[in-house]
Amino acid sequence: MPGVLLRMSDVSKSFGATRALGGVSLEARGGEVLALIGENGAGKSTLMKILSGAIAPDGGQMELAGLPYAPSGPQAARRAGVAMIYQELNLAPHLSAVENVMLGEELSNFGVVRIGAQRQRVRQALELLGRHDLPIDIPVGDLSVADQQVVEIVRALAIEAKVIVFDEPTSSLTQHDVECLFRVIEKLKRSGIAIIYISHFLEEVRRIADRYTVLRDGSAAGSGELAGVSESQIIALMVGRSVDELFPSVAHTPGEVILSLDALTGPVAPRDVSFELRRGEILGVAGLVGAGRTELLRCLLALDPVRSGTVRVAGTIPRATPRARIRAGLGLVSEDRKGEGLAQRESIADNVTYSRLGPYSRLGWLNLRRRRTAVQHWMNQLSVKARSPEQQVEHLSGGNQQKVALARVLHQDADVLLLDEPTRGIDVGTKAEIYRLMAALAAEGKAIIFVSSYFSELLSVCDRVAVMARGRVREIRPADQWTSSSILSCALGVEPAL
Amino acid sequence: MASNNLQPALPLAQRGGDLLRNVLGPFLALVFVVGVFTIADNLQTDGGRFATLKNAQNVLVQSATVAVAALGMTMIIISAGIDLSAGTTMALCATVLAWFLRENYSPAVSVAAALGTGCLAGFCNGTLISRLRVVPFIVTLGTMTIYLGLAKIIGNNTMVRPFPAQVPEWMRELLSPRVQHEWMLFAPGVWLVLLLAIIVSAVLRYTVFGRHVFAIGSNESTARLCGINVWVTRIAVYTIAGFFVGVAGLFQFSRLTVGDPTSGTGKELPIIAAVVIGGGSLSGGRGSILGTLTGALIMQVISSGCTALRQPNPIQEIIIGSIIIAAVTVDQIRQRRQTA
Repeated sequence: MPGVLLRMSDVSKSFGATRALGGVSLEARGGEVLALIGENGAGKSTLMKILSGAIAPDGGQMELAGLPYAPSGPQAARRAGVAMIYQELNLAPHLSAVENVMLGEELSNFGVVRIGAQRQRVRQALELLGRHDLPIDIPVGDLSVADQQVVEIVRALAIEAKVIVFDEPTSSLTQHDVECLFRVIEKLKRSGIAIIYISHFLEEVRRIADRYTVLRDGSAAGSGELAGVSESQIIALMVGRSVDELFPSVAHTPGEVILSLDALTGPVAPRDVSFELRRGEILGVAGLVGAGRTELLRCLLALDPVRSGTVRVAGTIPRATPRARIRAGLGLVSEDRKGEGLAQRESIADNVTYSRLGPYSRLGWLNLRRRRTAVQHWMNQLSVKARSPEQQVEHLSGGNQQKVALARVLHQDADVLLLDEPTRGIDVGTKAEIYRLMAALAAEGKAIIFVSSYFSELLSVCDRVAVMARGRVREIRPADQWTSSSILSCALGVEPAL
Repeated sequence: MASNNLQPALPLAQRGGDLLRNVLGPFLALVFVVGVFTIADNLQTDGGRFATLKNAQNVLVQSATVAVAALGMTMIIISAGIDLSAGTTMALCATVLAWFLRENYSPAVSVAAALGTGCLAGFCNGTLISRLRVVPFIVTLGTMTIYLGLAKIIGNNTMVRPFPAQVPEWMRELLSPRVQHEWMLFAPGVWLVLLLAIIVSAVLRYTVFGRHVFAIGSNESTARLCGINVWVTRIAVYTIAGFFVGVAGLFQFSRLTVGDPTSGTGKELPIIAAVVIGGGSLSGGRGSILGTLTGALIMQVISSGCTALRQPNPIQEIIIGSIIIAAVTVDQIRQRRQTA
């Protein structure tokens, strides 16, 4: 059994009144890959920030290779041998691979950089990873994302890292690059380094990792050997309830057609998209990043220009402006709450009512008290936790912000709800509430288009699921005729590889 | 419904917090500045000229021009815009007014022409920004020079000077430091600024339009997502701001009784400074009319106080410059603490 290289025991951290971590313990062993699994907001990133020295824990101990470990900052953590490889790579794009790897650790004689020795060191590391083909003298900005990631890994090796943390490393890689990355990780394992691998792709985790630790709501929900654990057991650990509890079943039956698209085409995506949506129906839209799912919704609301094709809402064709589309009964919840979804500095009341101030205005003047009462009603309906409707949105948690965004489309009484990743970055409890709300809305006769990257929620919540790739809808089927892997292979445009 | 009866207690406290943050900060700064100069003035052997009604009348009259233009600038800055042409537009309006008076048009027509010119200039700014999708800074940097050129054409490259008989009495008295009637306390122009300020303040808070202005400045994408007609709103904001610049032009003419095409150059800066000292954020979504008025007053109080203390002009300028930086720094620290 390999020795424990990193031990975190009872680590806790609070931000103000919010407890991000409440006593988490984990062990990473040399020559093994530990998968750190958890929903967004479970505390993964906080835990890794503590490990990398970016923030200090409130309590608990850490041990690295048998010695107490309490880094004073990211630089100290690197010196001690903990390297992080983030989703967004931290390379200087104009410098070469060698310069990037040795940045801040340059080998020199009296201030003169020993170029030869540095190249030697980088070459050795690449050899170890089986990537001696990687050009080391051209600016790394000219390399592919996958090769840049390798440069990051070499940088970790150059500081003789004992522990390397990969944070969602495959999110921007192609299938082929993922295979290469996995081979590199295998090599790292063999050299005795402890690897912590963060991902929410369970299939991927099962391939690469030896053991797992699941985080939920800031505590370790479980850990152990991956062999012999089923996927649904891990999901149950992640969400803290059985899958049936998470996805409520509210009966809803499709009614008449409310929205129909005919060859809708936008600037880049969507391309030539046609389908019909009925009242009381939830249509899921799956696809990889860049497949054109968000663009489809934006085109429907005319936020992006419509190149050709028609959108018919309840039989009429509204003009291609957001205002006209909203009047016609469409409502969009943006995937980007900060940048687009909500005016962060304005109050809940403002954010809920921007799209429909009519009921509270006479000749342009607002009756703020009437509006307050109405907003309070929606806040109660969705159980938004806030002091008052006057509170600024930016001080709310992600889940509560999402509820405010949902309250807006409910307040404007949209018939067709366009929800773009509505469950991203929010806690499990709120997710369950949102699923229940969607089902209830469908039962009331609303139609919903639900864009999501989580296949499991699409399959459990939707009546039909459309899979998009390169701006086109490749296929629409009833949800029970899809599986996670058939969605994935359809989205990739290939037959299943594994 | 029982819970609704309990609710108002909290929001009131919350609203009090907003008030404290947005208005009381600049207001305390004003009180502080007045206090410092009063004490310093009284320590002088021949002091006692600063904290007098006469000086207060003077300060208000002198700050009225900047203050009225800053009302519109506040709306522009809340909508995440900027208007660098405010100074030259003001001079353009004053020149137009002088030209109409000199050509023997009635005062009413002349004033209407001046205000109309301001609105038109603002409308052009707003339209160019919305339709060309060029940032406000650049568009108004361009129109700043264009309006200066137009004013010079109207003035035939020199000042437009109507005969004294052509300038009605009320226009002269508009911003006269000496009040005609004791009961008025301050010049009529000062009261006009106050009236307009109350109106703009109410419009920003209690109208659909006002909410839309904040929405656009706070997050334009959200505004679009909610179906707010961003470009119509933006053109309206600049047009209304142009109206206030027109009033500022009227004020300027009333003080100089000539239309000087070049008199507005550089005047946009104190106007913008008033908004910023008053808590307006150049990234949009924040600003208040009360803050802006306070900001305009702070600058004038400093300059009047320095005069009372016989400090030369350069000292005033250094102090005002420092106040601008300090105001924004304090505001940012306060905001950071809030978000943390």
